[in-house]
Amino acid sequence: MQLVKEELTPRLRRPVEFSSWRKQLQPYVGTPGNAAITVICIALIAITVQKVIGWLFLDAVFTGTPTACKESDGACWPFFASKLRFMLFGFYPYDEHWRPTASLLLFFAACGISMNPAFWGRKLMVLWGCVLAVCLWLMLGGVFGLSFVPTSQWGGLPLSFMLSFVGLAGAFPLGIALALARASKLPVIRVVAIAFIELVRGVPLISILFMASVMLPLFMPGGMTIDKLLRAQIAIILFAAAYVAEIVRGGLQAIPRGQYEASAAMGLHYWQMMRLIVLPQAIKIMIPPLVTLFIGFFQDTTLVVIVGLLDFLDTVRSAMREPQWQGIAVLEGYLFAAVVYLFFSTIMGAYSRYLERYFRMGHD
Amino acid sequence: MQAASDSRWRVIYDLRARAIFYQVACAAAVVLVATFLFKNASDNLAKQNIATGFAYLWREAGFVISQSPIDYQPADSYARALLVGILNTIRVSALAVVLATIIGTLVGIGRLSSNPLLARLMMLYIEVLRNVPLLLFLFLWYAIIVTTLPPVREAITVLPHVYLSNGGFVIPSVAWTPSLTGVAIAGVLGIALAVLTVRAMRARRIATGIERRSWPLATAAALAPVAIAVLILRPTLDMDWPTPGRFRISGGAQLMPEFVALLVGLTLSASANVAEIVRSGITSIKKGQWEAAASLGLRRPLTLRLVILPQALRVIIPPMTSTYLNIFKNSSLAIAIGYPDLVMVSNTTMNQTGQAIEPIALFMLVYLSLSLAISVFMNWYNARVALRG
Repeated sequence: MQLVKEELTPRLRRPVEFSSWRKQLQPYVGTPGNAAITVICIALIAITVQKVIGWLFLDAVFTGTPTACKESDGACWPFFASKLRFMLFGFYPYDEHWRPTASLLLFFAACGISMNPAFWGRKLMVLWGCVLAVCLWLMLGGVFGLSFVPTSQWGGLPLSFMLSFVGLAGAFPLGIALALARASKLPVIRVVAIAFIELVRGVPLISILFMASVMLPLFMPGGMTIDKLLRAQIAIILFAAAYVAEIVRGGLQAIPRGQYEASAAMGLHYWQMMRLIVLPQAIKIMIPPLVTLFIGFFQDTTLVVIVGLLDFLDTVRSAMREPQWQGIAVLEGYLFAAVVYLFFSTIMGAYSRYLERYFRMGHD
Repeated sequence: MQAASDSRWRVIYDLRARAIFYQVACAAAVVLVATFLFKNASDNLAKQNIATGFAYLWREAGFVISQSPIDYQPADSYARALLVGILNTIRVSALAVVLATIIGTLVGIGRLSSNPLLARLMMLYIEVLRNVPLLLFLFLWYAIIVTTLPPVREAITVLPHVYLSNGGFVIPSVAWTPSLTGVAIAGVLGIALAVLTVRAMRARRIATGIERRSWPLATAAALAPVAIAVLILRPTLDMDWPTPGRFRISGGAQLMPEFVALLVGLTLSASANVAEIVRSGITSIKKGQWEAAASLGLRRPLTLRLVILPQALRVIIPPMTSTYLNIFKNSSLAIAIGYPDLVMVSNTTMNQTGQAIEPIALFMLVYLSLSLAISVFMNWYNARVALRG
């Protein structure tokens, strides 16, 4: 009977049940490693917050002249007070600034309406057509009592939004055409589409912009000139089309074969099949990646600096380089621009994630 | 009459005839547009008296390139200047690829940390870098280097012989000698030998079932050629220590502020993408895989190496390819801050020769072929790690 244990096994403690606040703290200090990470992170955050508050408020200059800013280590708020409108609208005539403001507000309102998937449909397309026409009229003027403002005076935030939004909107039909051509059974059409898509995707946007600004004038029939802004816009549309085409291709591939076969069995021909059956389903799959692409293009339009257009980043830079502010508001300017880009991109990113969830839940 | 119109309609409704018609129309449109553009271009060039052709490549370039990995003088040809540009592009993008992969992997793992504070901080890092234009960051880093660092005369000494100033970074370098090249070749040879050894031993293990440690022999195979090379060639390490002078720091390797700003900008913005890719790769592996490996008796490092990574790589490689291609293409933003990469050299060439089409065509060709080379390599690697069978 030696194998039989005679003494009682001591009662094990029951698992520790932490009170709610200790449970909350568990991931932060539960293990020595996590505790060390927490301490380091808190220290980093504390130092950063202290520096930022010091720079933004404690050491900052709130009113005064550039010279006052130069002597201080902190942020220079007078820079924003005197330069904000220039940074937003560039060289657009000062008295007419209400026009780009109105266009932007109109554009944002249309965007806000379009964000709700319940409104998607024909009517929304008509609305967008009207909104873009009114925006163009407001910006360009020349008819119905508004004075004419040439595109060479456009700049700032409206220009950034215009280049990226019109770029993507214009690229959309072209991208669909390219994707359909790439999926075509006809070898010549397929090869032309593949050549265009791969060529554009293989080179940086800068090279396409260079082509548009330097080479395009050479390719036009004698004496014909195209507006500089329009040239950049065409370049962005062509560039975006190749990327849209790849997204559309992904959307087309996601449609089950049965849909194609069923529509063929119903006697629909190619264009009916695409227009009535395939594309309406594919577009829903394509919208989240298209929003992501738009975020990318909103940032990539900053490259038009290189061909001499004043987009938002470049109006900020011009404001910083003005003689009286030269070398004083460098950090202020770039951080302001960064915050603006961050703001819009974050909204769009959140919207893209919302859409993905929305479609996953199976609303149709 | 009836029969004739029938046969006519039959041609129009014949799918093959239509296919031929569409393709001929498409080809004709492409050819027409191309001839139209070509004719306009040659008319315009003739009118403006601009030379055509690539003869300019062999003429003297006559402009200075501030940094070059190979020997370059303004008296050299445009072709050599272009080569310098290509090498500069490759240098900065290759470095950025390596650094972004390392930093991005660490950030991606940190993003999955069980510590919410670290995970949130990493999320913030990723979001900020992804949502602010790269060009803005390039301007910002460049401005920070040029305006906040002291002038060369008061350069900060971070480590002994490492100097930071607004003229760039200076680090010690090694004077390269032929015998060092010999040692480097021996090193490559050694690595190849080690790989072969490991493969041979694995084949034997599979054939015989006898397990032997492969690393001692592999290490020996890797080190032996280097040791032999060192013994025969007896290379001497001539360190080039930078010494601060009155106006400039002489010696050492000089990293220009443009190069540093571009490298930091490319690396950081790509590291955010890499982090997201690594995170999605790791989270795509189901928990069951860890548990199954544990129940087979594999320890954690082995599980990671044999079970998790091979599956995660399958998810990681394709988006990683496009991130690498983006780094390479984004390096063309160098022109905005004045780093003499391919685009900037081409731009200078364009301004000096007045010829626009040829330099642009050349640099687009270089980008296309290098992009193609990167994607072919990554596709080959992807095919290796992809599911077989």
